[in-house]
Amino acid sequence: MLNFILRRLALIVPTVIGISLCAFFFVRVLPGDPILAMAGQHGVSPERYEILREQFGYNLPIWQQYFNYLGNVLQGNFGVSLSTKRPVLTEFMTLFPATVELALVAMLFAVLVGIPAGIFAAVKRGSWFDQLTMGVALTGYSMPIFWWGLLLIIFFSGYLGWTPVSGRIALTFFLRPITGFMLIDTILYGNWAAFVSALRHLILPAIVLGTIPLAVIARQTRSAMLEVLGEDYVRTARAKGLSPKRVVNVHALRNALIPVITTIGLQIGLLLGGAILTETIFSWPGIGKWMIDSISKRDYVVVQSGLLLIALIVMAVNLIVDVLYAVINPRIRVK
Amino acid sequence: MKLAKTLLAATAIVALAAGAAQAKQLVYCSEASPAHFDPGPLTGGNDFDATSHAIYNRLVEFVPGGTEVAPALAESWEISEDGLEITFKLRPGVKWHTTPYFTPTRDLTAEDVIFTFERQWKEDNAWYNYLEGMTWDYFQGMDMPKYIKDITAVDDLTVKFTLTEPNAPMIANLAMDFASIVSKEYADKLEAEGNLAAFSTQPVGTGPFVFVDYQLDTVIRYQAFADYWDGKQPIDDLVFAITTDPSVRAQRLIAGECDIMPYPAPADIAQLQNDPNLTVMEQEGLNIGYISYNVTEAPFDNVNVRKALTMAIDKAAIIEAVYQGAGEDAKNLIPPTMWSYNDEIPADEYNPEEAKRLLEEAGVTELTTDLWAMPVSRPYNPNAQRVAELIQSDWAAVGVNANIVSYEWTEYRERGKQPDRKGPFQIGWTGDNGDPDNFFATLFSCSAIGVSNYSNWCNDEFEALIQEAKTTSDQEKRAELYSKAQEIFKAEEPAMTLAHSRVFMPMKKTVLNYKMSPLGNHSFKGVDIQE
Repeated sequence: MLNFILRRLALIVPTVIGISLCAFFFVRVLPGDPILAMAGQHGVSPERYEILREQFGYNLPIWQQYFNYLGNVLQGNFGVSLSTKRPVLTEFMTLFPATVELALVAMLFAVLVGIPAGIFAAVKRGSWFDQLTMGVALTGYSMPIFWWGLLLIIFFSGYLGWTPVSGRIALTFFLRPITGFMLIDTILYGNWAAFVSALRHLILPAIVLGTIPLAVIARQTRSAMLEVLGEDYVRTARAKGLSPKRVVNVHALRNALIPVITTIGLQIGLLLGGAILTETIFSWPGIGKWMIDSISKRDYVVVQSGLLLIALIVMAVNLIVDVLYAVINPRIRVK
Repeated sequence: MKLAKTLLAATAIVALAAGAAQAKQLVYCSEASPAHFDPGPLTGGNDFDATSHAIYNRLVEFVPGGTEVAPALAESWEISEDGLEITFKLRPGVKWHTTPYFTPTRDLTAEDVIFTFERQWKEDNAWYNYLEGMTWDYFQGMDMPKYIKDITAVDDLTVKFTLTEPNAPMIANLAMDFASIVSKEYADKLEAEGNLAAFSTQPVGTGPFVFVDYQLDTVIRYQAFADYWDGKQPIDDLVFAITTDPSVRAQRLIAGECDIMPYPAPADIAQLQNDPNLTVMEQEGLNIGYISYNVTEAPFDNVNVRKALTMAIDKAAIIEAVYQGAGEDAKNLIPPTMWSYNDEIPADEYNPEEAKRLLEEAGVTELTTDLWAMPVSRPYNPNAQRVAELIQSDWAAVGVNANIVSYEWTEYRERGKQPDRKGPFQIGWTGDNGDPDNFFATLFSCSAIGVSNYSNWCNDEFEALIQEAKTTSDQEKRAELYSKAQEIFKAEEPAMTLAHSRVFMPMKKTVLNYKMSPLGNHSFKGVDIQE
């Protein structure tokens, strides 16, 4: 097992270098000058321009800029945002909990609805429920997120008034973040009303963000389940006279879930990378919205380091999923 | 231990919030997060809303809802005969904010005023470069180093600005956000602690609201300043709820999550106007969208060709299709809300037949040209690509073939400045200080060629008028000069003035005394909430 983890870890090093190279050079081939972008509609004097170029090291050869950057990153220095002048890592750490909280709740929603729906559709294959579930799943998968989010806001928040429109908590609550996870913080403050408010604010964004993973999980569960239900050991279990419920829940489900877990892991990795559209619609202060705002502000430093940080997080999650997978399925370790 | 402390502090805050349940709170759904809280180096409108208008004051300020300048931290000022000295008398007893991170020991003095400008001006000042890669964009952009020779304290409450040459717009410049007065005492304290960066995150001002808290990309909280020199504000708490998407802002306003919001999406305006609980205020923006002809390149060096091309464009159709009710035909370079606007100037005529005739007369047949489209959306030109397409078809009707070109925004402006740029160039401007000089000289003076004069147009008569207006302090005389300059501009057509934006400000009917600023600021000074 240790051998397996070490092998996976070793793979991360070239990946990180590759990603840092991509992030670094992509940002540099973009048209536009970062110094000019920093100055507003009045521009900047040629003397000041030179001073700033030197200050940011843009006057050095590009390979030297890259190694300086890599060196800084290895020391935990991801640079300072061009617009806010705050360290990129500080901003990332401030905003990341909001992204994690939303991603986990969205995933919880997707799993709790997606897996039972998939199982039921498989067991009742060909029934109206199966067709309805798969139809809805396909629709969910192809839904434009921005439109879907606005539609839910207009209906549930605007028309019915059941849920708040956006934000993480009602503005009447003034709680300074402790962990950055609103649900946990409100509990730590012992403020029940604030907790309810935070939960209400999570409902719509979690549904919107969970829609695509829900569709993927439901379809994956259904097909895995169908495959397993045709296996010999399931027939044996039935032949032994076990109840259909037991056959499905114990014998079939366990094996059918293995590919589903991989899917869940991959989806979590994607969600943690920042749900750009969902965060933007719901004014959710997470890293997806942060990245988009930085791109529109041409904050090259944030874009470059943000990409790298997000890639590191996704890789870390994938590693954890791989390890868990190896724990569940010993055959993986041998391969 | 740290957690326990945080919890204790937090409980205190919750208790405070609960105790202040009856407090009057105004929630503003703002459109973006401020970069930070030091107005000197900032550039964005949303930055200034969150800093200079809430937390700070200037020596002089624009009157609410206007572009005229009125006394603020300076009670009065005098301009010397030769126009080279401006002496400001400061208001006595102006208090600085007391916050958990700073307790002032003295009131506002001349020392603070001098510090405010020297940090932006003198490279040897410890604060000139206190944030990595910072630029004093407005101080430089308004040419302050060129015009200011010296700033001295005559006594504790008197400051004298000595200029290098008479400069009438200087007073308006000092009303701009970058000229917000900051505390020297607070700066000294941070310098002693070696914590200069805190100046941009923990602001201290003299303004109507005291900064309380900022949660990144989420919410900014302020409290009315009890000792404000102009009296405590009618509301107790001011909250900026940062909501970037305009449709979501509208939904938040409708749902009652905020009281007032800026920049609604054009598609949402009708719904907001029909909502019985809301009022939608509107006004022309202090801006201009225009199309610059490069007058140094043939055939655009011929004024009749420029006039013909303008005449061939159906402006009304463009304004309807692209601005969707949020634009107004511009016949002059400056908007009608600005003093010296010349209303005698006739609007551009749409006459393809006459355009064709003029082109033929000028010997221009089968003209193929580039037509530049900005890659970004601005209130003065929300969709330059679409504008370009409409112009392309209008011009095709008079035998002019236009190829639309576009580049990334900084690249676009850089290429636009090239002296041999081919083809008309879409661009625009948003006024800084409500002074006509800020439009005429910034955009079409001879010295702006290669900077922001995209027409490369240098007209002696026009230049003489705007230079004289710049050095004249009598406003009536200045208005006359600018009025004449507008006539020359129209006769020479160095650019086609397309449109001024219309700005909308939806709010709850319970919001009282809000005044829209023609400068595009959002200030909540004097605003009340009906209970």
